[in-house]
Amino acid sequence: MTPGRDLPAATRRKSPDSAAAYTGEVVLEIPAQMELVSLVRSVVSGAAQLHPCFEPERVEDLRVAVSEATTNAIQSHQGVDSAAQIRLTCNVTEEQIEVTIRDHGKGFDPDALPRLPDPDSPERLLHESGMGLRLMRMLADETEIRPSSSGTSVRLVFCGSKRSRAAVGR
Amino acid sequence: MHLVETFEVGPWSVTAVAGELDVVGGPELRQHVMAQLSEGSSHLVLDLSGVDFIDSFGLGVVVGALKRTRLLDGDLRVVVPAPRIRRVFEVCDLDRVFKLHKTVQEAVSTA
Repeated sequence: MTPGRDLPAATRRKSPDSAAAYTGEVVLEIPAQMELVSLVRSVVSGAAQLHPCFEPERVEDLRVAVSEATTNAIQSHQGVDSAAQIRLTCNVTEEQIEVTIRDHGKGFDPDALPRLPDPDSPERLLHESGMGLRLMRMLADETEIRPSSSGTSVRLVFCGSKRSRAAVGR
Repeated sequence: MHLVETFEVGPWSVTAVAGELDVVGGPELRQHVMAQLSEGSSHLVLDLSGVDFIDSFGLGVVVGALKRTRLLDGDLRVVVPAPRIRRVFEVCDLDRVFKLHKTVQEAVSTA
């Protein structure tokens, strides 16, 4: 990503408490390889750590949710004869960080996913997957999933000053 | 993800795990658990004190480990002292599926 000192003057702002707030867009394109999920996490959480409104817990929310979306994107490319890259856009503004992950995989319908059994049910142990979507929806302030015949676009919005729904619910 | 050490405490076989439990690190832990079960250990403790990242894939490996120990009339206990890792379990309501312990000592001494 672009180091803050290289950003144009127009994108370098001051927050009310005089801490530097860097705004701008980071774009990352990766091949569909699982080994690169940790690289994506590092880039996005690195951008969030620079943001004065993002407490460490919020950075962690972003790291987990983006990891889920990126893993899904890479998995969607499995078995698809495509060399297309997965494109991640991380748009940092003074109030929020918006991450969009666009793949060219098989696509999926989030509403068609099976509902997990109640945690107290013995049936719950039969499900080792199906938690990624829940994590994204609970940890991001906004989650938008747009499947299409040419792939899926996932948009995650994180507001720095707000507590996530997961934190508020507890 | 890497396995730091495995040791026995009474009937419990404790495995200390470190690093990232995701789609890359998770399968290694799953294989380790399967190997332990095939060697006759059915009371397992996963000490995740050294884990600095977990996502749904890692959670799935832990859920699968619990399921497999229960099938052998055993049990699985999980040590998760770090609040940020514990929170990922809690968001998925997994703190209602199994108790999360703060230390290995607590995990092996709980009735």
